[in-house]
Amino acid sequence: MPAPVLSYKDIRVSFATEFGDVDAVKGVSFEVMPGEVVAVVGESGSGKSVTSSTAMGLLPESASVQGEVLLEGRNVLKMSTAELRRLRGSDISMVFQEPMTALNPVLRVSDQLVEALQVHEVAFGGKALEKSIELLERVGIPEARTKIRQYPHQFSGGQRQRIVIAMAIACGPKVIIADEPTTALDVTVQAEILDLLRELKQELNTGILLITHNMGVVADMADRVVVMLNGEVVETGPVAKILGHPEHPYTRRLLAAMPLLREAGDPSLEREQEQERVRVTERAARETSHRAAAGMSSGAASPAPAALEAKDVALEYKFRRKATRVVHDLNFTVQPGEIMGLVGESGSGKSTVAKAVLGLLDVAEGELRVRGENMPALPSKQKKALKREIGVVFQDPAASLDPRFPIGDIITEPMVVHKEGDKDSRMARARELLDAVRLPSSVLNRYPHELSGGQRQRISIARALTLNPTLLIADEPTSALDVSVQAAVLELFSELQQHYGFACLFVSHDLAVVDSLAHKVLVMQNGRTVEQGTTDQVLRHAKESYTQQLLAAAPVPNPETQARRRTERQRLLAALG
Amino acid sequence: MSEIHRPEARVEPIDSTIEPAGEPAKNKKVEEASLLADAWRSLRRNPWFIISAVLLVLFLSMAIFPQLFTNNDPRECLLGRSRQSPSAEHWFGTDVQGCDYYSRVIYGARNSIAVGFIVAIGTFIIAVLLGLVAGYFGSWVDAVISRFTDMVFAVPYILGALVFLNVLESRGVREVAFVLIIFMWPTMTRLMRGSVISVVNSEFVLAARALGAGPITIMRRHILPNSLGPVIGYATVFTGIIIGAEATLTFLGVGLQLPAISWGLQLSDAQPFLQTVPHLLLFPVIFVGLTVFAFMTMGDAIRDALDPKSKK
Repeated sequence: MPAPVLSYKDIRVSFATEFGDVDAVKGVSFEVMPGEVVAVVGESGSGKSVTSSTAMGLLPESASVQGEVLLEGRNVLKMSTAELRRLRGSDISMVFQEPMTALNPVLRVSDQLVEALQVHEVAFGGKALEKSIELLERVGIPEARTKIRQYPHQFSGGQRQRIVIAMAIACGPKVIIADEPTTALDVTVQAEILDLLRELKQELNTGILLITHNMGVVADMADRVVVMLNGEVVETGPVAKILGHPEHPYTRRLLAAMPLLREAGDPSLEREQEQERVRVTERAARETSHRAAAGMSSGAASPAPAALEAKDVALEYKFRRKATRVVHDLNFTVQPGEIMGLVGESGSGKSTVAKAVLGLLDVAEGELRVRGENMPALPSKQKKALKREIGVVFQDPAASLDPRFPIGDIITEPMVVHKEGDKDSRMARARELLDAVRLPSSVLNRYPHELSGGQRQRISIARALTLNPTLLIADEPTSALDVSVQAAVLELFSELQQHYGFACLFVSHDLAVVDSLAHKVLVMQNGRTVEQGTTDQVLRHAKESYTQQLLAAAPVPNPETQARRRTERQRLLAALG
Repeated sequence: MSEIHRPEARVEPIDSTIEPAGEPAKNKKVEEASLLADAWRSLRRNPWFIISAVLLVLFLSMAIFPQLFTNNDPRECLLGRSRQSPSAEHWFGTDVQGCDYYSRVIYGARNSIAVGFIVAIGTFIIAVLLGLVAGYFGSWVDAVISRFTDMVFAVPYILGALVFLNVLESRGVREVAFVLIIFMWPTMTRLMRGSVISVVNSEFVLAARALGAGPITIMRRHILPNSLGPVIGYATVFTGIIIGAEATLTFLGVGLQLPAISWGLQLSDAQPFLQTVPHLLLFPVIFVGLTVFAFMTMGDAIRDALDPKSKK
């Protein structure tokens, strides 16, 4: 049996803060063999990134580390600064999460690669440049010889991550630490990057320490898995065992929380969906008749108007009088009480659509009807009145709540803006909504920074529901959250949707999340509609090749299924050329 | 079996996420009253804040109640005791006119600090209004305001003040402050504009706009409170800068005029005697220096405390 290339022995890390010492890592031990991928899995605050950083000696000064990190038998923690510097980049290197910031934007790619080689005395001058070009070709950058002269911003996100990987493998490291290497990337790009890492690992026999929160990525890449919780390892073992037969309740909970992209042909699933569909139509019918009876609809005799309807909508951004059209010929209808998933990769224009519906962006062409009225064309007073009918939940719960407002004021803000109710009735409404999102009413006087991410997103949802809107716009509401928190928020969301019966435009890049929630799906690419239909039609019987690619690229948390899906995807891509 | 239990497992995190964050915060509720209280707590622990606060209280009481510090009349000047060295009777000695120098330095605090405050408050108001409007509305509004700001910014305040103050017949605190405001508002306006721009695109502002809230409501409720932090910090530093600027202008002979008492005038009068009676220069310099130091240190401390990003 070969010796481990990297081993952590009883690592303990604590940070000195103004509130006393905080133990981030409490005695973690595991090993990485040559050519092996070890995935460290855990949610934010589990200490997974801190643990891996100890191997690079990159922890801040306030940290104190105990234990041993052995890199090929040498203890990294005992090394001097100079020794560590020689080590970094040559024997051990790192791939970061955000390829935007991992490359220096003012230096050419060639300079950065050559520098990496020269610092570690691998090659110099022209030789180093030649080697850099080789490296770029190796990581799959086309026309490497000309492209190497370009600056980082001239590459796409996926290509930038390839360049970061090229820098990481430049000096033939024994171990690569990949800290959430694909989290910032689109699914199709993620699949490509993972393919690349897998190839490189086999070719170079490098150990990879993969830090991730995505069980699908784990299933796709890892040989062994280390599950961390609150700075401790709760379970470790081969990937098939951990994902297939997890023993620790936390691992089970983590797996259960993963939203699943369900495949066609599951009879129990089909039945469940059929029931769901019947229930939805019944509820929608009940809802409209209820609204008509209450006199809320404009004409009781006419059929209730769609909650949201787009007719030949085109949207553009204006910059210095130059308009760039980002959305073309968009048509869709969201009926009352219906959730429509708007799916696409970055740059597809899905968030732009959400912005336009919220009235934050002018509609260049076409009609955007909210409850039958073309909102962009309305005079401002009526527009404001119509905005009461629209609630919004944004992606980042930290940014979407004003940090200077107590929670009570945040939730009641819509009532203040629309001059509704008095102080007491507003507070009563806030309590009611907090109850609905299952938070204690004691948080009324707290500030957003005192709450966790999941709690903040509940507050966002509560605020969106304050005026009982008929339409909710949710722009990636769970993508900034941990999986278990995401699961809880999604569960809450669908419960609230059933209770309040609002229609919803749910923007997301995550097909699995959309699958678990939406009744209808619209897939967008480069501002155009690729495919739309019921969730079942689009996600399980996709007609368009782009949708098929998207579906094939989404990793599932089961190593065997994922391996099968991978070959299927490669076949699909090969077929498409 | 495990398949059936999954929904159960999904619900679990809901309760577990509420409690841990909810419980400890409840105990600290009194302390965690607001972000301002937060800022105050971090200020209290900052030794530089304590030092500057003590100094400022001292100088401010000097400016408001100079009688507390000296019983002598600063205007009681006897030529017979001109240029005496510091003694038990006259702590800082006497100046050329034979006035008690200690009481003159004490009384000088009022005019210097008054100029500092008036100018700081004046520029603060201009900067906040212009910066808010420019940053919030952007496009041509921003272009007009910013270019105008740049034009004023291009004139060095010393040059502007020299030109304008030279024309004025009598120059008191009001005139000097007015001219300084006219030439010194651009820096703070730019700061305010930048600070507003960093807030204006945040999601909570988008959320408010999506609600149908008007520009005034959004500016008042969301943008102003979130963008004032750095500007308040700078305004405090700025007060110190202005006190230095007043001394500079007065020293150059275009600031306050006799019979007013100010540190700048004292410096100006003491200049010819630098070699023979150095203490005439030394004492006002120490006072100007300490005041400017106190304001700047205080400004830095306030800025750090109000900036949520500086929190650990």
